[in-house]
Amino acid sequence: MKLLNHTLKYLSITLFVIISIWAAIFYINMLDEVYDSLDDGLENYKLLIIKKAEEDSSILNKKEFAESNYEIRQIPESVAVLRKDVHQDTLMYMLNEEDYEPVRMLTSAFALNNKFYELKVISSMVEEDDLIEDLLYSLIWLYVAMIASILIVNNFLLKKTWKPFYLLLDQLKQFKLGKDPIIAPAETQVKEFKELNEAVHLLLNRTLETYQGQKQFIENASHELQTPLAISINKLELLSEREDLTENNLVAIGQVIQTLERLKRLNKSLLLLSKIENKQFQDREQVNINATFKNLIDEFSDFADYKNVRISIQENGQLSANMNKDLAGIFITNFLKNAIVHNRENGTVEIIIEANAFTIHNSGTEIALNAEKIFERFHKKSNEKNNTGLGLAIVKAISDLYGLSVTYQFDEGHKMAVTF
Amino acid sequence: MKILIIEDETELMEVIRQSLEKENFLVETAEDFGSALDKIISFDYDCILLDIMLPGGSGLDILQELKKLNKSDNVIIISAKDSLDDKLTGLDLGADDYLTKPFHIAELNARIKSVLRRKTFGGKNTVDLANIRLDLDDRTLQIDNQPLPLNRKEFDILSYMVVNKNRLVNKTSLAEHVWGDHMDEADDYEFIYSQIKNLRKKLKENRAGIEIQAVYGLGYKLVVV
Repeated sequence: MKLLNHTLKYLSITLFVIISIWAAIFYINMLDEVYDSLDDGLENYKLLIIKKAEEDSSILNKKEFAESNYEIRQIPESVAVLRKDVHQDTLMYMLNEEDYEPVRMLTSAFALNNKFYELKVISSMVEEDDLIEDLLYSLIWLYVAMIASILIVNNFLLKKTWKPFYLLLDQLKQFKLGKDPIIAPAETQVKEFKELNEAVHLLLNRTLETYQGQKQFIENASHELQTPLAISINKLELLSEREDLTENNLVAIGQVIQTLERLKRLNKSLLLLSKIENKQFQDREQVNINATFKNLIDEFSDFADYKNVRISIQENGQLSANMNKDLAGIFITNFLKNAIVHNRENGTVEIIIEANAFTIHNSGTEIALNAEKIFERFHKKSNEKNNTGLGLAIVKAISDLYGLSVTYQFDEGHKMAVTF
Repeated sequence: MKILIIEDETELMEVIRQSLEKENFLVETAEDFGSALDKIISFDYDCILLDIMLPGGSGLDILQELKKLNKSDNVIIISAKDSLDDKLTGLDLGADDYLTKPFHIAELNARIKSVLRRKTFGGKNTVDLANIRLDLDDRTLQIDNQPLPLNRKEFDILSYMVVNKNRLVNKTSLAEHVWGDHMDEADDYEFIYSQIKNLRKKLKENRAGIEIQAVYGLGYKLVVV
């Protein structure tokens, strides 16, 4: 639930309770006032009727309300003495409404010429059910109007106030470690937002520092490994030239050199990966992908022949990309190498180049690869000792750098599609 | 031929020295910035191997000094840092080549000899061995003055083996030199064998006075027969 609506929820509940209580009190007070005023009117009317009766005794015979609003009836003295003025609510048939409607009635007694009379005076009254209904509707409208106005105020005014917050939130959502745009918080006068901005800024800076440090560490570590590797390989190369070695010695030395070569490749790949991620390949130029493919296919021809893999290329368009030339070479090399290495005897590699994309299809193993994981570092099958497990991670790093889309599909073989 | 190795890693320096002495070069060494500077000012060398990261200063400053002395054209930079900036700066300052550690001894040999050929023979970039002559600029081979056509890879293999004659050339080193870095995950480099087989056949049929021998499990060796 949005913060704006969250406050609105509590506000609406509170308002509902307050308005309901207020309505009840208002209703009671108003009704009280109405009765008071009616009763006063009836009292006055009573006095007027008694005064008139003194002058004109004919009205004393008015025994029914009929067209007027009083009736007079003679009562015995014993009853009259005990009679007090009584105001009460009662029902009376109203012609216009064709129904019994509430009326206020004053029952009183008076003496005239030693005779005692009972006097009943009525006044039409508020229809309570109508009143309640009117009041209820008014209150509902009031409630709706208030909620609506709060909503509007919230959405326009508060939204404006909260703008720096939402701006920061948007930036944080899009923030990716290692990607360029750093968070630029909006100017704000609100103290809480200022503090939030500062806190976020501090946190991000610390995270970035750690991230940079880690990246730098990989690069430095790889660099530091180069010299010991150089010493080991070169020493073994010199050792292998000694005349007094047996064939077994030579084979053993050869195996150690091969292992060190693997380490060297791994180290080089890590270094390359760090350099790509550290954006050390700044130079860009328009690279002809078709030509790069053809050159590399030529380079790989001996290896493909040895593996009995046939490479074919179909050019449906001329593809060129604005990127670093070395990285473009590495990008395509890794695809080609993968397609040849992970192929079967008498397999094929089919390359199709379009104007803005290329696909590489290879007749590899029958089992689909895990499309989620193949681009992760060190994801490889355990039996492939010559594979660093970094080839596709490098591909991914390069595609991320230039915003290319690389997808894997299993379609009677493995298919890699790259869209520029 | 006098070669100076400027390298602070004693063991690496020692390995390079031993390898170069096998080629009958006169080798001198310097392990820090100061002694390196002393040596380049006082003596002339046919080739200088220069490490960039040195105790006491940067190898690039030594290169700067060499450029002032007009002696920078025979420098091969050997660096653990495969940095494009360093490479460009180094080559701008007149260095002849830039080699990233770790490298193969055979590769270093090939680069040193390339520098020496340019320096010694005044532009005549040829190598003679037994009855063969390789022209490294025109990329041609002559056996007993008869031209023998080779494909690009055969020529690269032969020239690499010739400059490393009588030395054991690791198959990885050969593959990297001829096929480039691309092949680095290729099944133990067995694929290079077919090109070598063809080359051997051509050499034998044309009665070349050299032979490429296989050293089991390691690589190849070119010898004069």
